[in-house]
Amino acid sequence: MAKSLFDKVWDAHLVHHDGDDCLIYIDRHLIHEVTTPQAFSGLKEKNRKVRRPDKTFATMDHSISTRSLAIDACGPTNALQLRTLAENCQENGIEIYPVGHQKQGIIHVIAPELGLILPGMTVVCGDSHTATHGAFGALAFGIGTSQVEHVFASQTLKQGKSKSMKVQVDGKLGLGVTAKDIILAIIGKIGHAGATAHVIEYCGSAIEALTMEERMTICNMTIEAGAKAGLIAPDQNTIDYLQGREKAPTGADWDAAVAYWQTLKSDEGAHFDTEVSLKAEDIKPQVTWGTNPGQVVAVDELVPTPESMPNDVEKTSCINALKYMDLKAGQKLSDISVNNVFIGSCTNSRIEDLRAAAKVAGLGHVAAGVTAIVVPGSGQVKLQAEAEGLDKIFIDAGFEWRLPGCSMCLGMNDDILQPGDRCASTSNRNFEGRQGRGARTHLVSPAMAAAAAIHGRFVDVRQLGEA
Amino acid sequence: MAGINLHSGTAVPLDIANVDTDQIIPKQFLTAVTRKGYGKHLFHDWRYLDLHEQEPNPDFALNKPEYKNASILLTRQNFGCGSSREHAPWSLADYGFSAVIAPSFADIFYANSVNNQFLPICLTNAEVDALFAAVKADPQTQIDLNLTEQSVSCDGQTYHFDIDPVHKNAMIKGLDAIGLTLELDSHIGAYESKMPAWIA
Repeated sequence: MAKSLFDKVWDAHLVHHDGDDCLIYIDRHLIHEVTTPQAFSGLKEKNRKVRRPDKTFATMDHSISTRSLAIDACGPTNALQLRTLAENCQENGIEIYPVGHQKQGIIHVIAPELGLILPGMTVVCGDSHTATHGAFGALAFGIGTSQVEHVFASQTLKQGKSKSMKVQVDGKLGLGVTAKDIILAIIGKIGHAGATAHVIEYCGSAIEALTMEERMTICNMTIEAGAKAGLIAPDQNTIDYLQGREKAPTGADWDAAVAYWQTLKSDEGAHFDTEVSLKAEDIKPQVTWGTNPGQVVAVDELVPTPESMPNDVEKTSCINALKYMDLKAGQKLSDISVNNVFIGSCTNSRIEDLRAAAKVAGLGHVAAGVTAIVVPGSGQVKLQAEAEGLDKIFIDAGFEWRLPGCSMCLGMNDDILQPGDRCASTSNRNFEGRQGRGARTHLVSPAMAAAAAIHGRFVDVRQLGEA
Repeated sequence: MAGINLHSGTAVPLDIANVDTDQIIPKQFLTAVTRKGYGKHLFHDWRYLDLHEQEPNPDFALNKPEYKNASILLTRQNFGCGSSREHAPWSLADYGFSAVIAPSFADIFYANSVNNQFLPICLTNAEVDALFAAVKADPQTQIDLNLTEQSVSCDGQTYHFDIDPVHKNAMIKGLDAIGLTLELDSHIGAYESKMPAWIA
């Protein structure tokens, strides 16, 4: 029977099953300070051990400062959580990339950088954006703290198999249109809960043409459509990205791995429960207007009216969102001004994202009254950007150049907005209060965010020529 | 952990779709290292007018006197979307809820709830509409939940809900999921011994 990529990875990880109740093996367990302390203490209470510390990797990212390397820079509560992670890792023999380590950074940025994520793996983390790693053809998904404890103790998870969805994007992207715009357009099309209970496989010529970093941006936001995971079949791009990375296999193991990875694609005629397709040529730079990532339009469109919504629930959501966002139905996006810009997060903080933003930043200077920060995703990204002089471009243009971390994506540190602030953000969620109570978030690509910083309002990057 | 099977109580109507985990429990409360004490911060941004939780928002459903003792949360589609934070069901349970009824849930929230014996009940839109109408008409409307029977009874009507038999059994018995998996240790060991070197 023809198998999908998801079927192949799933089948290869079945340890045991009792009807539909499956026990699957986990190859990589990524951990951070926020969702693990209760799991470690649960283990201790039951006198259990971490079964495979060698498959478990930790970093500090969510609740750290982006201005200081001091662990207590964001107060004693954050510091206790960070120290608890360090102690738990030490006690259990888990490799950790703490604040100040050259390779520290956002877990979903550093894991691929280190070569920890390989095609065909299963990857979990107590973080919904674990979906990022599907870019490598790994089955990667976010889990809760009870499941983190389960993986610690057994290196497995009990799971029912999700349904499958194929999202095909064919054609060639226009100038100034990015991976971020593709995924926002997909979520806009299928809706914020459009892929709940599904694993998505992204395919088509526009997806094949993407770099690994762009694929990570796509898969990262899979959860914003409600899906459990998003996958992209590995190809030569994937292999080239991985070869020579610190934790990637070498020698005969590398050859065996590559031979296996080449089988990791959906067979002709594989079954999908749902199929969706988009034309790359139809996708324009996207800007969210509402309070979930499905509430999105192209930059040259108008803020929608509640009456245009497909049903009463969406209509009510639209009314509530317009009120929270202080927008009027029918308003032009280019008339919306911003006073904050955030370039960073596990969605868009990699070197290619910073290059795209710097290219636009170099065209001008941050507008009066706008605060703009750039937060590289990792120490490695920061070093690379500085080697290329991107930091200088940003600083000269009036942006702040910060230390790596999750930062203003969720504001667990002091990078938070004030009530009424309006932010063009390269992050993944525009929920009410996400970046600060009463603050308003518009999700955009790095180039669009940089352009908003310079103009103090949303502008279409396609009209900037160079970008 | 204690199991859950029967529960009777009143419900509070939270008539909002796509309630995300940032609303259920905002990030500033995720810095704790324990599983308890999140109830007072539940729905912080909506529930309080101030940052210090001194001024309850009188317009928010949970603060209305008639819903003060509710132990069931009644809400709309895609409840619990967003992050994987298990603090979401921890805070709902710590506040005093035993169950949440909605037309649909986000996957991770649903799994986290089951793992905490916090009952997520999925009914159809029409059934949820009927419950909203009943609870809004009379806040003291009694709702009876029966996990064994997979039923919700209210106002002489009984609605059936689906739940994975594995989840159902684990919730009723309050089973230690990890302990059960560790009984399969020989299978896990056998799997590990067959892994190719590049991934082992």
